[in-house]
Amino acid sequence: MNYNWNWSVLVTEPYLDWLISGFYWTISVALVAWIFAFSIGCLVGIGRTLPNKFIAGACTCYVELFRNVPLLVQMFLWYFAMPEALPEEWGRWVKRDMPNPEFVTAVIALSLYTASRVAEQVRAGIEAVPKGLAAAAKAHGHGVAQTYRYILLPISLRMVVPPMTSEFLTVFKNSSLALTIGLLELTAQSQQIAEYTFRGFEAFTAATVIYVLIALVATVAM
Amino acid sequence: MTDFDFGVIWTSLPFLWEGLQLSLWLTFLAVIGGIVLGTLLTLARLSGILPLALIAAGYVNLIRSVPLILVIFWFYFLVPLVLGRPVGSFYSALIAFVLFEAAYYSEIMRAGIQSVAKGQKFAGQSTGLGYWQIQRHIILPQAFRNMIPILVTQGIILFQDTSLVFVVSLRDFMTTSSIVARTEGRLVEMYVFAALVYFVICFTGSVLVKRMRDRMAT
Amino acid sequence: MKLLSMIAAAAVAVSLAPTVQAADLTGTLAKIDKSGEIVIGHRESSVPFAYLDENQKPIDYSMDLCAKIVDAVSAELGKPLNVKYVPVNPKTRIALMANGTIDLECGSTTNNLTRQQQVEYLPVTFVTGTKLMVRKGSGITSVKDLAGKAVALAQGTTNERAVKAAAESMNIDFKVLPVRDHAEGMLSLETDRVDAYATDHILLYGLMSKSKNPDQFEVVGDFLSFDPYALMVRRDDSAFELIGKKTLAAVFRSGEIDAIYDKWFKPLGVPQTDLLKAAFKLGALPE
Repeated sequence: MNYNWNWSVLVTEPYLDWLISGFYWTISVALVAWIFAFSIGCLVGIGRTLPNKFIAGACTCYVELFRNVPLLVQMFLWYFAMPEALPEEWGRWVKRDMPNPEFVTAVIALSLYTASRVAEQVRAGIEAVPKGLAAAAKAHGHGVAQTYRYILLPISLRMVVPPMTSEFLTVFKNSSLALTIGLLELTAQSQQIAEYTFRGFEAFTAATVIYVLIALVATVAM
Repeated sequence: MTDFDFGVIWTSLPFLWEGLQLSLWLTFLAVIGGIVLGTLLTLARLSGILPLALIAAGYVNLIRSVPLILVIFWFYFLVPLVLGRPVGSFYSALIAFVLFEAAYYSEIMRAGIQSVAKGQKFAGQSTGLGYWQIQRHIILPQAFRNMIPILVTQGIILFQDTSLVFVVSLRDFMTTSSIVARTEGRLVEMYVFAALVYFVICFTGSVLVKRMRDRMAT
Repeated sequence: MKLLSMIAAAAVAVSLAPTVQAADLTGTLAKIDKSGEIVIGHRESSVPFAYLDENQKPIDYSMDLCAKIVDAVSAELGKPLNVKYVPVNPKTRIALMANGTIDLECGSTTNNLTRQQQVEYLPVTFVTGTKLMVRKGSGITSVKDLAGKAVALAQGTTNERAVKAAAESMNIDFKVLPVRDHAEGMLSLETDRVDAYATDHILLYGLMSKSKNPDQFEVVGDFLSFDPYALMVRRDDSAFELIGKKTLAAVFRSGEIDAIYDKWFKPLGVPQTDLLKAAFKLGALPE
């Protein structure tokens, strides 16, 4: 194979700006989605282990529903289908007046999907705490809330840190799906550069390197 | 567009079925390929030969930090350039999935193999078996048995991941559903239907995994 | 399984290949001869150039012309060919041609010099240019009215660049919604996500005709670009290109082109322009 490498396109205007803007969107979508995913995921995960059958059942339904439908389908449901199913006025607002519709939709889809995975980790963490501890707390007259606060959560949270790190990395990778609804994040920008300059190798290499760096930084940060 | 018409699904069923077949076939081949390559990667990582272990570990970590869509783009557009001949969109996607999933399978297997007690390895060594014999006859069979539920779970995730071939217009279930949704202007109906089909398949799969786990636990 | 038989067929083709007299064939022709298969890249929503019929098979103007070329290639090689269809979109078509995945692209691709660094084109088969499609009564009559509006543009098209350049020269700022293909662009206009969709005017008429409510939309503005369409082939492959040129010249010369044209464009009410007639005439080279 003979290929004339030309790395300089990556630092030529406007392509450098495209890469930077793509990087910005990838980081924004991933971080905002992670904050929501983590919060919702913790609540749902705890909910699944509660003695209340109704709450536990509802939380299980949430996890099964969001975990068993591909993220891309969910993204399309939120972006293409949801506004059409709403009353016309609302649908119009979502499509036109809502600020940054692609960004907001990507964050919603990514948060809810990731939350179901986070919930599974949290639940596994809580269930891994020896049963005797919770029973002992109950015997001491602690209520459900106190048992969770002083016994179950502190122990389980420490256990779920490694799987959480991997979920955190997954959010960055999954944010690339936002390109299918028109958000020009890192992968989309690298493809656009490839297409404008016919420099596919260079453009995709740049994106790959940036993703690897994000992963390294994220792993260290966690 | 507010009145819903689910009849469009009925008339497009043959087309959608073709898409679903492609999704399933792609999943099946990618699982097989991913497990084979993943096993090789794992053996390389645990072989104790430093350069080999480093290369394999580097590969696994590289792939695990890159989005699958980017990997699909790499292979779809660039592999034919490297090979100097086209491989067709199905095979480009298949190669991308095998190489991508192998990294994940390798991580699962490493954990599985390391879970087989060290004592068994020593027992093997003391009876005079070599490294590969120990792997083949003692470690791998047990490790595989322990790993089956997780491997199947990863297979379900892979099935969901195959929907990403949408970005290169390969006609899987996701792409065919989208074509129908857009040409017929029936977005809500088609995407809800697509979600339902994926849900039924993946949920059934996860119930099977749970059964397997329960049976193995007893 | 269809795929299994495909694999088997490919295996047989590969094993038989050395016995075929492939010595004097080069490039794409040699590849087709060896595999017994020609790969056509087609668009899925370029009405009336290449789109999917109700059975989701690609049909239309460009597909008809391509079928002629396939016949000619088949005659040249002296054997029947298996035709494989690969859907492409504006973002993928040039890369897939350059990397050898497709042998012939049949859609609505503008022939321009930038792209000729990567691919080659057969003679012009249609002439069009960028316009805007808007909802009737929107008050948008040209690019200057787009300020503050939302516009869908298909990524990787000449139209995308033309509209952006026109807006820039007028110092107008609008929101761009990048879409994947014409179906998605039309969809975003139909579902009221954008105020305008910009692409080649003929495609706008085609999309309108396939829409559920054609009379809700109108095509407005001046031509923002000059887009001569042509079928795309690989670069630096004159033998294959020549077959394409010969085939089209014969179709132009015999007047067969008029019948093919009428079949697809008459329903849209778009007659041949003088410019297009001239293009056909110039393409009708003598043997």
